[in-house]
Amino acid sequence: MVTYIKGRGDRNLRELVDLENGVISREVYVNEDIYAQELEQIYGRAWLLVGHESQVENPGDFVLGRMGEEEVILTRDRKGKIHVFLNTCRHRGMKVCRYDDGNALVFTCPFHAWTYDTDGRLVGVPHHRDAYFEELDKSQWGLAEVAQMCNYYGSIWATWDPKAPSFEDYLGPFQRTVRWAFQASDGTDAGVELYKPAQRWRLPSNWKFGAFSFAGDSAHAAMTHLSVNAAAIGPQGEVEGGGRHPLAAPFPSKRGYMSSRELGHVGQLAIYEQPGVADYRDTWLLEPGVDDYWRETREIKQQRFANEYLHMQSDGQFHIWPNATMSDWRILMWHPHGVGMTESWRQYQVDKNAPKHVKDAKRRYVMRYCGPAGITESDDMENWNYAHPASLGMVAQRFPYNFQLGLHHNHQDERIPGVTIGDRGPSEENQRARLRRWVEFMEAGSWDDIFPVRKNGKSNGRSKGGNGINPTW
Amino acid sequence: MTIQSADTAWERMLLEREIERFLYDEAALLDERRFSEWGDLLAEDIHYHMPIRRNVKFGEQHRENTDTESEISWFDEGKRTLMGRVRQLNTGVHWPEEPFSRVRHIVTNVRVMSVDGDEVEVSSNFFVWSNRLRDECVMFIGTRSDILRRDSETGWKIAKRLILLDQNVLLAKVFSTFF
Repeated sequence: MVTYIKGRGDRNLRELVDLENGVISREVYVNEDIYAQELEQIYGRAWLLVGHESQVENPGDFVLGRMGEEEVILTRDRKGKIHVFLNTCRHRGMKVCRYDDGNALVFTCPFHAWTYDTDGRLVGVPHHRDAYFEELDKSQWGLAEVAQMCNYYGSIWATWDPKAPSFEDYLGPFQRTVRWAFQASDGTDAGVELYKPAQRWRLPSNWKFGAFSFAGDSAHAAMTHLSVNAAAIGPQGEVEGGGRHPLAAPFPSKRGYMSSRELGHVGQLAIYEQPGVADYRDTWLLEPGVDDYWRETREIKQQRFANEYLHMQSDGQFHIWPNATMSDWRILMWHPHGVGMTESWRQYQVDKNAPKHVKDAKRRYVMRYCGPAGITESDDMENWNYAHPASLGMVAQRFPYNFQLGLHHNHQDERIPGVTIGDRGPSEENQRARLRRWVEFMEAGSWDDIFPVRKNGKSNGRSKGGNGINPTW
Repeated sequence: MTIQSADTAWERMLLEREIERFLYDEAALLDERRFSEWGDLLAEDIHYHMPIRRNVKFGEQHRENTDTESEISWFDEGKRTLMGRVRQLNTGVHWPEEPFSRVRHIVTNVRVMSVDGDEVEVSSNFFVWSNRLRDECVMFIGTRSDILRRDSETGWKIAKRLILLDQNVLLAKVFSTFF
């Protein structure tokens, strides 16, 4: 158990996170010791989204990614196998790859020329014979590779912890939701590719402001995004008030805040009252011919899922613990970059088989919506930015954050077991779910303490944790 | 003076001076937050493009800047969206510019690269400084390649602008001004 933080006297983390009352200390977001502990306890253990197979289509292709603060290389070796390596030479630590993406036969360190194959093996060391006297065992000094990697319908996830559960078990009830995010618009699994490259930028605030808000904070939209409709960025232009989202036909469903309290994954998703998929509604009114494609693929999807209830997998957005937000059109990564800095990444999916005019139209839409130049997202950046410094003060930290929206107004639905639902208006339940998992990760001595998850609020028997302070956990 | 006649050294100098003045006036409109008037300088068919800059291997410099045909950029749009941005800035509730930042556009190294009928290709460098609230400072440095088009009734219009920002990971939290 890791229950104590340094600084201002040792205190229990649970004193800072009171979920029963929805009151969270600002220190959770701004304390440097807590941040250092997060890198080890969360980013050293959790499954993290690294990228997508379409970024490394051919043998030798590579692209840089991130896991926590650290840079990794996503690459496909000469035999076609995908790997994730830490981008550092095993000799003296230099980055072995300083190109954002490309194709390589080998990665040669520019410092002393240690050379690694695309499968990570150390294949070249200068002076191996004449000065290492062949006593250096090259097989022990390959690139540091993640402990586990999973290609999940095209998306590439990895963890540094060999004891982490399988990625499927890690996702729990959100398996179908991640699968959906990588389906083509006609419902074909792994049917998308990512536009290249990622948009990457620095936001001066703690990573949790973005990561714990998204897919769980619709209460912000009316105020934060008050100016967006003036720009009419939706594909339909100024029709119907200039909304930023595409027009969509109604379908009998109930949108709600859905969270796995046990696993920390959350979404603003829907339960459907009837099987099947909504009709397509024309929305690309400014781009001739684009609706034709989406209408055709929607009809195929309707046939494919005519008898299925697509709960949690046909609408909305979601967040996979700890720092990957996504939907079926965009991926938002919140990489920690110091306690007061986030490196935010945006990537966007599109049907692999869509014609060029469709890919172009969607690409232009995501660029005007998202990222640092995004007409929608730029307003978020200001609010997250200044919430951080205004929480730093000695006095400010005496006043905790309020996470009480919708507190204790949740229910379960037998159609989606394992999921807590808040659907009586805006709710911060999804943010509380992430904070609940946050404490468990921060306290855990190993994966044994946090998986299998505790059922019915009781310990799984293997856990050495639980100090009984908050019985509702 | 018509552009077609810019074939003597004197005429080229006058043209370059005229273009410089246009670019300085344009910068002043942005710095003075006269965004709607700035929008009037944009041709109806403007292509406004700020690629993402990649770190690429020697010999692959052709891949350095993301292309407008298939890749993701910071900006890659036309007049409709740019005017949407202007309207957003003018709402008074666009939070990264409410209150307004103190923005200064320094435009330098102006060169007329070629003349083709009513259109001139112009290269210029920029240093955009933004100071916000108490102490937030952001610098954007880069170069632009413009196609400026002479409109006999309304003066010069920007028909194309390629903006190469000298950054890889963007070190600002937003782009809330124009370049």
